[in-house]
Amino acid sequence: MRATLIWTALAAAIIAPVAAAAFSPQLQWRDGIYIASGFAGVVGMALLLVQPLLAAGDLPLSQSDARRVHRVTGTLLLGAVLLHVAGLWITSPPDVVDALTFTSPTPFSVWGVIAMWGVFATALLAAWRRRLPLRPMTWRRVHLVLGLVIAAGTVTHALLIEGTMEVVTKWLLAGFVLVATLRVVWRAGRFRDFARRSG
Amino acid sequence: MTKLPRRSVLATGSAALLTTATGLTLPARAQGIEPTPTMRGGANNYRPGAPIVDRIGGGGFLMTGTVRRAGDGAPIPNARIQMWAHTTEGHERDERSHGATLTDAQGRFRMDMPQIVPAFGQPHGHLAYDAEFDQNGFETVFLRPVMRSASDTTLDVAFVLQTA
Repeated sequence: MRATLIWTALAAAIIAPVAAAAFSPQLQWRDGIYIASGFAGVVGMALLLVQPLLAAGDLPLSQSDARRVHRVTGTLLLGAVLLHVAGLWITSPPDVVDALTFTSPTPFSVWGVIAMWGVFATALLAAWRRRLPLRPMTWRRVHLVLGLVIAAGTVTHALLIEGTMEVVTKWLLAGFVLVATLRVVWRAGRFRDFARRSG
Repeated sequence: MTKLPRRSVLATGSAALLTTATGLTLPARAQGIEPTPTMRGGANNYRPGAPIVDRIGGGGFLMTGTVRRAGDGAPIPNARIQMWAHTTEGHERDERSHGATLTDAQGRFRMDMPQIVPAFGQPHGHLAYDAEFDQNGFETVFLRPVMRSASDTTLDVAFVLQTA
């Protein structure tokens, strides 16, 4: 019963902003690639809600399942970011070049690009977990900081944009992502204090 | 999020206030009108030499503006201004989204074009004074004004050009 509730709530939190964006009047004036890149962005942001919940063990999954799903979701997030940027590139190359070189006139693109680099760095960190000479605690801390950068960057990016996302569902998703992420960071800090005190 | 236009509006506004308040408004002393700098991203998706047209597409949105000379602020007639935007009829890169017009004797221009809609996060237009396609001999300027609201149906843009 509790599990059903949790899954339903998570599904609603993810589906609502995507569905609301599907009704955006902006869509009628955009071609398929531009629309797809926009939705890749929305889906990517929604995945940012799943990741901290999995990391915190908030979802009704075994720890090993949660880990596996966390990795799959992370891969999907990487794919979403690549689709988002590639689609925008095809739609308007100079605007994407401006964003990537931090010379864009729009204040939100810098946050999107920072979050993008955060996702790339996290993907490498995860792929090279065994090869990197990092202690598990250090690896985890680096991952947490990157996660925070990704969440904060993405939320700022999305909130400043006037696009296909509907305002209420956008702010709600942004709030959920931030709260879920900060909760994981806060918990990790508490655990570290605890480990230090008892160690 | 329109840092540049807002700042210039503030600057022009306060300058106007200051001159009126201090009674310094002498005719033929309108010195020091600063040239408009090119804006970041202003030239994005520009098509050099877009044709002069009466209207872009079906129209419905009014782009207006003035073109003046830096320093004394004298109007520049016959200046060729090109404009483009993401509208209800096409993307910025589409040829049909581009058009040009000439200023009248008072340095004013106007273009009926399709409604501008938000693209790349902001409802904005692009305008160019390109020295390559104009005989008046001023320096090229690219502007990227942002609309206050996506529901606006007009946009007014001021060019102040510098002699090349």
